[in-house]
Amino acid sequence: MLRKPYKASACYERMVIIVKNLICITCPTGCRLEAEYAGGKLTVSGNGCKRGEEFALAELTNPMRSLTSTVRTANPLMMLPVRTDREIPKDKIGEVMKLLRGVVVERPVTCGEIIAGLAPVCDGSMIATCDMS
Amino acid sequence: MSIQFDVAVIGGGPAGLAAAIAANGAGAKTVLIEREARLGGILKQCVHDGFGLVRYGERLAGPEYAQRYINELKETDVQVSLLTFVDKIKNLPDGYDLTLVSAGGLRHIRARAIVLATGCRERTARQIAIHGQRPAGVLTAGTAQYYTNILGQLPGRRCVVLGSGDIGMIMARRLTLEGAEVLGVYEAKSIPSGLPRNIAQCLLDFGIPLHLCKTVTRCFGHARLEAVEIAGVDENMRPIAGTEERLECDALILSVGLIPENELAETLGVRLDPVTNGPVCDQNGQTNVPGVFSCGNASHVNDLVDYVSESGAAAGRAAASYVPGERLYAELRAGEGFLYAMPQRVELSRVPEELTLYFRSRDERGKTRVSVKLGEKLLLQKRFNQLRPPEMERVTLDLCGAAIGEGGVILLEMEEIV
Repeated sequence: MLRKPYKASACYERMVIIVKNLICITCPTGCRLEAEYAGGKLTVSGNGCKRGEEFALAELTNPMRSLTSTVRTANPLMMLPVRTDREIPKDKIGEVMKLLRGVVVERPVTCGEIIAGLAPVCDGSMIATCDMS
Repeated sequence: MSIQFDVAVIGGGPAGLAAAIAANGAGAKTVLIEREARLGGILKQCVHDGFGLVRYGERLAGPEYAQRYINELKETDVQVSLLTFVDKIKNLPDGYDLTLVSAGGLRHIRARAIVLATGCRERTARQIAIHGQRPAGVLTAGTAQYYTNILGQLPGRRCVVLGSGDIGMIMARRLTLEGAEVLGVYEAKSIPSGLPRNIAQCLLDFGIPLHLCKTVTRCFGHARLEAVEIAGVDENMRPIAGTEERLECDALILSVGLIPENELAETLGVRLDPVTNGPVCDQNGQTNVPGVFSCGNASHVNDLVDYVSESGAAAGRAAASYVPGERLYAELRAGEGFLYAMPQRVELSRVPEELTLYFRSRDERGKTRVSVKLGEKLLLQKRFNQLRPPEMERVTLDLCGAAIGEGGVILLEMEEIV
């Protein structure tokens, strides 16, 4: 997969040609996209809306995903559901999961409250997705 | 003397929450009965996101979606009975008598109308003819989800998922994230049953293989599952002799279909539709038994919670204003190519200006034109780029000026666009 292009590699970038078949995950429609990245330019077909283009560009440069998971609480048989407050780089998912394994929430929380920052791994935080008393 | 309510809502999941809020909003004295300790139903364990796109325009996690309704419910004076099970419902001349069981013992309440928001159940290994022992480690996807997301216990280390429905794929990803190895998702049909985006973000993203035209035919192991037998299947989904292979694993996760839960409904004499496995309903979810309403996944299995809430709210509102009396109906009939259409009939005393229909196609189709007719009159025509059985479609009819009479038939037809 191609990393986010650096300015210094602009001439290399012009030589790169990537053709990829993708399924857009932006909404339940799941458009089948054909994305071609050639000469530093992206052309996308098969997308039903503008979001498909943005998705394809991200997929070819820096794929992003939202992550949902659970963290431990004071109750050994009750997990707290959490999600990222923004999309994070796809290749950071494993590291974020590792970070979450060490998190224990031992106080009451309300839905939307920040549970853990992701600072060492990437931007963003995990937020609670339900109340817990 | 038992307490008298206007509306009793059974089930505190997304359908029941919406129904109770709507009934209360329409001025009815409402009780919401939930057998678990917390409201939210199955959404509590659906920690993945994608809920609420239609209702809120946001991609919420399941518990988050439920929380919005729970918070809304807190602002009402709906009486909530948690850890309470409805044991029996008896028909009275002026309503219903409900026998409730809870830690406090047996008690009775009365209600003029009932909303059944009992959700659905999962098909189990025995219902899809998997043979062999009954070792630990054979679970439905929902049970695996409960272990993983609520209890924080991994159900297995080497997992096989049978069924490519959305829940199966979402669990394959979830188990992988939590450190289990998912050997593959097996699907007896030749096409995946879930959404393409879930194939992308749950399977492809994590390198989990999807095997079509293959099923699990046998479980090995005594105390604990040790292996499963995988076999190829023919076009009628029957295993092909000689294609069997043994796959070592310690968990088999089944995502092989959902069945609306209607045991209480059946004791009341509610007529069920053999295709949806839910009650035959009118546009407000009212069944053939006067004053008994059905909504959400109890009436038919939905794929978006947003529509579950919508049907719950409609049932709750109608239950609040329910008055006994004779009713006249027009029929809704789904023609060739449809798996089913909901509601099955339209009640005519309060014909709405707009009627919302849900349908599924029987097969995967390309560009298709769907027409809705009343006799010769065309009520609606809509183009679809594709129709797939796992994806429920929703259309809204404008009934202003359409003269629907008793016994009238609203017909859905589809034709290929060439």
